[in-house]
Amino acid sequence: MYALSSSSFVLNTKGWLQVLVSGRKMERKIQFLLSVLAVWLVAAACFLFSGYIGAEVVAFILLLTLSVLAMSFDIFPVLLAAVLSALIWDYFFLLPRFNLRVGNTEDKIMLSMYFVIAMINGVLTFKIRQVEKTAREKEEKARSIRLYNTLFNSLSHEFRTPLATIIGAADNLLLNPSPFSEEDQRRLLTGISVASLHLNQQVENLLNLSRLESGMLQLKKNWCDISELVYGTLRRSEEQLKAHTVQVSIPENLPMFRLDYGLMEHVLYNLLSNAARYTPPGSEVVIKAGWVGECIQLIVEDNGPGFPEEEIPRVFDKFYRLKNVPAGGTGLGLSIVKGFVEAHNGNVMLKSRLPSGARFVITIPTEILLIKPAEK
Amino acid sequence: MSQTGIVVIDDEIQIRKLLEITLRSNGYQVSPAATAGEGLVAVANHSPDLIILDINLPDEDGHQTLMRLREWCAKPIIILSVVNNEEDIIRALDNGANDYLVKPFRTGELLARIRSALRNAALEEDTPVIRCRELEFDLAARVVKRSNELLKLTATQYALLVLFAKNEGKVLTHQYILKEVWGPGFADQLQYLRVFVAQLRKKIEVDVNRPEYIVTEAGIGYRFVAREA
Repeated sequence: MYALSSSSFVLNTKGWLQVLVSGRKMERKIQFLLSVLAVWLVAAACFLFSGYIGAEVVAFILLLTLSVLAMSFDIFPVLLAAVLSALIWDYFFLLPRFNLRVGNTEDKIMLSMYFVIAMINGVLTFKIRQVEKTAREKEEKARSIRLYNTLFNSLSHEFRTPLATIIGAADNLLLNPSPFSEEDQRRLLTGISVASLHLNQQVENLLNLSRLESGMLQLKKNWCDISELVYGTLRRSEEQLKAHTVQVSIPENLPMFRLDYGLMEHVLYNLLSNAARYTPPGSEVVIKAGWVGECIQLIVEDNGPGFPEEEIPRVFDKFYRLKNVPAGGTGLGLSIVKGFVEAHNGNVMLKSRLPSGARFVITIPTEILLIKPAEK
Repeated sequence: MSQTGIVVIDDEIQIRKLLEITLRSNGYQVSPAATAGEGLVAVANHSPDLIILDINLPDEDGHQTLMRLREWCAKPIIILSVVNNEEDIIRALDNGANDYLVKPFRTGELLARIRSALRNAALEEDTPVIRCRELEFDLAARVVKRSNELLKLTATQYALLVLFAKNEGKVLTHQYILKEVWGPGFADQLQYLRVFVAQLRKKIEVDVNRPEYIVTEAGIGYRFVAREA
């Protein structure tokens, strides 16, 4: 399930980084506080056991503490911790204790070395993290460039193909009206009509995608009658599904649920339209609705060829299209399904159906309203 | 009998041309206007039977134009717009639009909506009997018959069905219906409406799952349809 979100991660990289950066700034003060606190705590613990361990061991323990701090904190809190720990070590552990004076030459060397090692430790760990961060940013940039390339390829293909049909057919009709038989004319006109409807669906999908990406999507939840939703959507997909057998199974006593009707209609429509497009004529499409606890469950399944097991984790990714399938989709339909379902805090899963076919299971937690039996 | 007149207010020349051809070939007389200003003048001059209005106009917000039109013009207004969000649609309907169609639209659908809006406008006020296909409403006797058989309806079911019939062909928003039938305090109690629509469909529709009378407008409301044979 979680592997599927990789692409939304990429497109949201910008926002995500911003959150991280502002998080850093807010955390600065806390980082200083925590560094100081950690050094003092560790030193206090060592002090309790100073009867059993020598000053050298304490130095190692303090250095270890610094390393741990350096792994997640900024450089300045770490340097502060380094200075502080050196002073503490000198004051509480090095002889003579409880003052900053250092007795013999050996201890003087040890203290200066401690100080230098602590600094190097902090700086090095911080540098490693910075290199990692740059590498990560580079990788993310490369990924978004790849994604945009896929986007442009997909869009130019999916938009130009129907446009070519429309322009070509219209030119034909305008330039040579006479030589065409009535049947040819009709064919050209049908081509225009089909291509424009297709184009319209692509635009619809892109608009929905941008609604999702903008983060401005606001759910308008209200009580939904699931039969109304399912049959209403089926009616819209009727033309696409006319070569298929459609079965609907909705329990008589299904309660009402609070959902965004418009978005759920898109979700169902995209699933049905996929089933219509990618299963052979005569295939069976089944829509089931039910509820489990506080969740509504919607299932759309078919007995078509199904999805190859290894491609299942990627089908909800934006612009992902199965290998070896006929052209005609943007690779957006399922990512919109996923986006709209997740906007409801629900989830959608794709499973293989036996002996063949695909099964999409949507589960959404929502308020439920049981309906009293109708008045007679 | 004179031709039915339609004023088309849309700033896109292609859409105006398309509508002119489509409507003229279906026997309507068309007066196109490219701006809200021109549109108001055209409506005043031609007193059309119906107005098709775009929401995005160069000189004025179409919602504003709609409200100005509604101050003095009671003819059916169909909004034809690329704007496809529920707020705008509901706002237009609340401001007195009879119907809302999103571009791109199917020609058949547009013509059906026009016919149904014209039919609704032709309904006489206070007519005691309304006929919609197999349904016959006798408002004086407070009864509804389906294929000459008396329908047993509760008071609320009757009120809802009559509201639909009186507004045949018009999209009624959820809020409007709830206010009219249940009262102002119930405007956000959509669950009542859903339940009663389901009950009514059981009584009047041939196939409950393919409603022909009470059609759902997703996220907006309902439309009562009486398609002519």
